[in-house]
Order: sequence, then C-alpha cells, then structure tokens
Amino acid sequence: MPASTVTVRSHRPAPRRLNWRRAIAWTLLALAIAVSVLPFYWVLRTALSSNHALAANSANLLPADFSLGAFERVFGLQSPAQAVAEGGSGASINFWQYLANSLVFTGTTTICAVFFSSMAAYAFARLRWKGRNAVFSLFLGTMLVPPIFTALPNFLLVKNLGLLNTMLGLVLPYLFMTPFAIFFMRQFFLNMSREVEEAAMLDGARHWRIFFQIVLPNAAAPIATLALLTFMGQWNEYFWPLLVGSDESTRVLTVGLGVFKSQSPQGAPDWSGLMAATLVSALPVLILFAAFGKRIVNSIGFNGTK
Amino acid sequence: MGKAQPGRRRSRSDLGIALVFVAPALIGFVLFYLVPTVRGIYLSFTKYSTLSLADPKWVGTANYEAIAKDPLFWNALGVTLEYVVINIVLQTALALGLALLMHRVAKSTIIRGALLLPYLMANVIAALLWFWMLDYQIGIVNQIIEWIGLPRVAFFGSEEWAIPTQALINTWRHMGYTALLIFAGLQAIPNQVYEAAHLDGASAGQTFRKITLPLLRPVLVLVLVVTVIGSFQVFDTVAVTTQGGPINASRVIQYYIFQRAFTQHDFGYGSALAVILFLILALVAFIQMKFLRGNESDLD
Repeated sequence: MPASTVTVRSHRPAPRRLNWRRAIAWTLLALAIAVSVLPFYWVLRTALSSNHALAANSANLLPADFSLGAFERVFGLQSPAQAVAEGGSGASINFWQYLANSLVFTGTTTICAVFFSSMAAYAFARLRWKGRNAVFSLFLGTMLVPPIFTALPNFLLVKNLGLLNTMLGLVLPYLFMTPFAIFFMRQFFLNMSREVEEAAMLDGARHWRIFFQIVLPNAAAPIATLALLTFMGQWNEYFWPLLVGSDESTRVLTVGLGVFKSQSPQGAPDWSGLMAATLVSALPVLILFAAFGKRIVNSIGFNGTK
Repeated sequence: MGKAQPGRRRSRSDLGIALVFVAPALIGFVLFYLVPTVRGIYLSFTKYSTLSLADPKWVGTANYEAIAKDPLFWNALGVTLEYVVINIVLQTALALGLALLMHRVAKSTIIRGALLLPYLMANVIAALLWFWMLDYQIGIVNQIIEWIGLPRVAFFGSEEWAIPTQALINTWRHMGYTALLIFAGLQAIPNQVYEAAHLDGASAGQTFRKITLPLLRPVLVLVLVVTVIGSFQVFDTVAVTTQGGPINASRVIQYYIFQRAFTQHDFGYGSALAVILFLILALVAFIQMKFLRGNESDLD
C-alpha cells in the first residue's frame, strides 16, 4: 500500500460507504475491544478447567478437561485432601468470610461517605458562610496528598487506638468524606435551581428539612452515580486493607486473593483455583456494570470536562 | 461585601447550620487527612521503630541524608521513572488513537463500556489475570509468541522485562478510561471549527495538528497529570506479582516505602521516603496548575 494522502474528513458522515479506511478503523477498534474483553474469557476458561489438564492444553480455547473443582475449592466445598489432589495448597480459603468483610467494608464506607460528603457539599454549594471557599479549597487540596503518605500516620493512629484488625479500624478513614465525593456533589448542587429551596423556605421549612425532603430526592441521580463509583473503588481497595485488615477476621477479597496467590506452590500454582477466585471477586463489579453500565460510562467525562 | 464587620453573625449568614452540615466531613478531614499530613512530616525527622515501645526520637535530617546515599532509593526512583515514562507514552498514544477512532466510527455506549471494563477491575485482579496469561511455561501470551516464532519472554522473571510488564498491565487497565476522557474532550470541540477548516482545504493531518491537538490541550494535560500521579504510586500490581524482584528490578518507590515502614518497621525512614514522593507529586501538580490556570476559576 502506498503512503496515501490521508483525506478522511473528520467525523462528518458524508460518504457513509464502507471504504478501506473505515474497515481499518473498525479493525483497530475491534482489536482494542478484544484486548480489553478477551482476558476475562480466558479467566473463565481457566477457572472451568482442571488444573492438571492446563499444562498440556495451554492454548486450547475451550476449558481443558471441564471441571467445577476450582469453584468448589474457592467456596470451600472441597476437603483439604481433595483440594491438594487437584492442585490447591490445601490451606483453607475463608472465601465467605472475605466476601462478608468486603461487603461490610465497602457497604459501610460507601453509604457513610456519600451521605456525609453530600451534606458537606450542600453547605459548600448552597449555604452562605464566611470561610466557605477557603475550607473547600483546603478539602480539595487533600486530593493532592498521596494516599500512602497519610496511610503511615493513619496506621499508627488506628494501631494506638487498638483498632488494628477490626472492621472499625478498616472503615474509619473512609467513613466521613472523600474529597472527590464532596467535589462531585458540589458540582451538582451548584447547578440546582434555587426556586425549589426558596418556595420551601417561605413555607417555613428549615435547612435540615429542605436537605432531606427536597435536595436529596432531587439529587437521586448523581447520588446513585457517586455511590456506584465509590462502591467500585472501595471494593477494589487493596493497600489500606492490607495494612490494617490482614487477619482472617478482617481480610477483604482483594487481600485474600493476594494471600491465595502467595500460598499456591511456586512450581505449579493452582491456576484454575486462582482464576476462579479472581472471577468470583470481580463478580459484584461485573454485575453492577451489567446493570448500570451506561451510567458508569457517562460519568467518566465528568472528571475531564466539566 | 461585609469585610468591614468581622462579626460572625451577619444577617444572611448560615454559619451555624453550615457547621452542622460540614461537621462530619470536617472531623474526617482533620483526623485522617490534616493531622496525618503534619504527623507524617514530623515522623520523617525522627527515628521511630514500631517494634520497640519507645517514642519517636528527633534526629533532624538524618533520614534524608541517609536516603540521599541509599542505593535502593535511587534504584527505586529510577525504576519508578521508567514505569512512569512507559505508561505516559503508551497510554496517551493508545488512548488518543482509540478516542479518535471512537469519535469517527463509533460512539456507541457498548463499545465505550467494553473498553472501560478493565478499568473497573481491582489492580489485584488485573495483576493476577496477567500473571496467569503471561506465565512463562503455559501462559497464553507466551504460547502465541512461540507460535509466531519468537522466543518466550520471562515477563515477570527477567530484570529487563519486570517494569515494562507492570507498565503494560497498567496500560491495559487504564487505556479505555483515558480514551474516554480524551473522547469527552473531542466531543466538546464544536463541529463548525472542522467545517471551516474543511472549506479552507486543510488536510486531515493539518486539521489534527492545527485544530484537534491544540483544542484538546487542557484534556491532554489533565490526562498526563492523572497518568503521572497515578503511575508514581504504583503498588498493588507489584505487591501481588513480582514483589520488587527479580533482585531490585521492580522495587518501585511506593513498594520500597511499604517495605521500610511495614516489613522493617522503620517508620521514620518510610515517612521520609513518603515525603519525597509527596514532593515529587506536588511538583507534578504545580506544573498542572501552570498549564490549566484557566480551569481554576470555578471556585465562585
């Protein structure tokens, strides 16, 4: 092919026929989608394979010697002896415990952070008070502090309070606010019509009631989006739970996955078990994505172009 | 307006109720952001082992002097920079290409969703997934490499590949997200600009260089800053896959901080390392402010 003069005219759909340039564009896009999505198929395929058949059928597109053993191992349905026979480490995996911990950690922090951040955002957007912008800038400035920097002193604080390896210690730093949540909700509240509030004000409603009965219901959509983003972020959190919740009783799924990986024998890791655990850990996010994909996708432009 | 009267209670001030609304967030902010920031800086000037019961002992700049002579620190800095550079180049180039493709041939939400899928996964999951796919013996990627006729690659096991591999995993996870940010920027460019350029007989290449790129500048700067700041803080994938190895090949700064503070219980040294990371990121943010001054005006 000669180095042709690229004459594609921006995005105007004038000649809509399928020329070769369009075909190349679609091929590249399809390739990117394949690279993004196909690894998940490979995880599923591995999880449904029998460990011992993997090595001999490493490039087989279908599960090698189809087996649900990996999932049984993850859910703790196999005896240790059977697990070892199928390539597991034999160490018990408290999957249900980790799942419960993940749910408590993620659920509590999401609900509290979204609620308290909305309250603060309301004060920053709709109430008049001295120092409002200064305090808001200060809050926003914390977005610049790298999490590991505050994680060290926060670890000491939680340790001194005797809250290491407790759910309370795990959730505490996330409970009251996140700078992003305040920023996100404030943007919405700034654009809300003042008339609703003023009408309620004439009726003698106090701010507290206005917030609960008028503002929050009107903000249902952005709150749902924020809750979704916060939930997924918290579900995927690794560093803080690794520091504070390394015990079985407080171990969340991400940390559990790391432990599962490090437990598997160096020479012949339990690949199918590891992939089954990975898949199951990703499941809540996958389900949320299937249900609210459009909302999640549309929230992405928010960061970049306000 | 009322700068003449410093009194707290003015007729239209909602200070009282505002404090109630801000109180929980303020508590969280002070306890878990403000105080730890100050304390972290203080700790960086102390010798403090979390194993002993002794209090932090003030040692002045001793930690920083030790860091300046610490080959592991300089190695970590170099390794992190390598990771950052690969990420910036790969991620920005691929994302820009993807955004242009989406903008021209397909704006469908399903396609955007598919590209976003890796970004929604935990770092730990991305790490494990690729740890399996890139396995030297039976990983599918090495199968394909061999099938093409090239020698197998020890992605996690060789010093030259450890960091590029981490960067590739991160690029895979963030490519779609970055593309969506740029895509949003493309959508914001008014069509008339392109039409005018078309009437003037500009070629596609000229249009891209003279119109698209300059108008995308704020978004591109934002993308670069997000990528750089995120890349400097890589931890999860390293912790799950190579744990800094082989030898020191993938011991990035954040992993080194983690090791000093939590494996070797040397909190003073770890804090000083964290301060340095903080300063690097502040510098990046400062450069951002300079570039994005125009966007800072919405603090009303």
